Amino acid sequence: MKKILFIEDESALQKTFGEILSQEGYEMISALDGEIGLRLAKDKKPDLILLDLVLPKIHGFEVLKQLKTDKETKDIPVIVLTNLEGIGDVDKALGLGATTYLVKAQYGLEEIVEKIKKALGE
Amino acid sequence: MNLKDVFSQLNIFTQCKKYGLPLWQCPHFLFLLMGLIIIGSTLGVYLIGSRYVESPQAVALITLLVTAILFIIAFIVTRSFERLAEANRMKSEFVSIVSHQLRSPLSNLRWIIELLNSGKVDSVSEKQLEYFKVLKENSDRMRELISDLLIISRIETAKFPLKKKEFSLVELIKELIKGLEPLAKASNVEVKFEPKADSPKIFADPSQIQLVIENLLDNAIRYIKEKGRVGIKLKRKDGDLYFEIEDTGVGIPKEDQKYIFQKFFRSENVMRYQTQGSGLGLYIAKSIIERSGGKIGFKSEEGKGSTFWFNLPLK
Repeated sequence: MKKILFIEDESALQKTFGEILSQEGYEMISALDGEIGLRLAKDKKPDLILLDLVLPKIHGFEVLKQLKTDKETKDIPVIVLTNLEGIGDVDKALGLGATTYLVKAQYGLEEIVEKIKKALGE
Repeated sequence: MNLKDVFSQLNIFTQCKKYGLPLWQCPHFLFLLMGLIIIGSTLGVYLIGSRYVESPQAVALITLLVTAILFIIAFIVTRSFERLAEANRMKSEFVSIVSHQLRSPLSNLRWIIELLNSGKVDSVSEKQLEYFKVLKENSDRMRELISDLLIISRIETAKFPLKKKEFSLVELIKELIKGLEPLAKASNVEVKFEPKADSPKIFADPSQIQLVIENLLDNAIRYIKEKGRVGIKLKRKDGDLYFEIEDTGVGIPKEDQKYIFQKFFRSENVMRYQTQGSGLGLYIAKSIIERSGGKIGFKSEEGKGSTFWFNLPLK
């Protein structure tokens, strides 16, 4: 079973995604802030990371940077899933090595699951 | 005001950029221009005065005094303009922050509705499905409104860079028609678009032009009651690209026509037929077309239909 790490501080979203991802046959690991997210990425070696940007303790951009500079985690695909849509945010995230940048408000659950499958090469 | 503030005030280009104003509309630049003219004329008066008047020093002193007073008045005027602009910018920023904050809980709602609606959590009855549909439609409306508000706040705070490139409108229009086909079918509207073979390319931001055409097409379909037609034309005209969309819809009453591009304006006859819509679409369309160097307009007759057009500079 493939593991997906979801770094997101809203527990309601964690619950929704836990439900849909388990339906799709994935194991979801949840992290409610950037610090826990980084630690779990190293410990659990997920197949994919879903990353929010506005996070407590360590900001998403910093999390992404650390993930992509650490030898152990740099090959894990990261999908940024956020409502931040400022100028340069997308370019910055992709420049740091994110696979895809999704604005929450623009996608339905099904579409996000599609993107996850694509990033996992399924 | 400390020294650093004074220096940053003096950098006209950054100041004007902050408000997203062109130079000739920017108070700081106008102030500087006025200063230069005053200094120039002071010197001129002094030179002329020194030829014809007994004590040119007195003339110079008076002129300098008048100059100083003018400068002070100009400074006050500039400051008040600045405050106005600042207030407007803060309002737009406030809208932007609120909209962003609204987005997060709204995506939670939408996704949970989608999850429940899919029947994957628990089986759903016919009646519940009906209500889920209402919930979904309403959350979609809210999402569109928030997205419109964000676009506007970006336009107004000048944080809306155009990523211009060369492209053809034909494919974009075809895609949009395809996307709106369900709406057209449901409203019994036939959308016609026959592009000419030599359809020219334009130099603009595709994602922005898409917003404009999407708004115009959506309006055209939405405001046709019963059966109707929408025709789209694309051609070269006077060295520009000319886009036209004609519908057989309800039309815009004469007394409403001058307000149609205003923010939040909704025509009364439109309100009668249609409760949806934010009244922001045409305002957004006009802002984008004008920022892209084009013009937008329309002609309309109540009960017969409307024709909206815009032109854009060719590559």
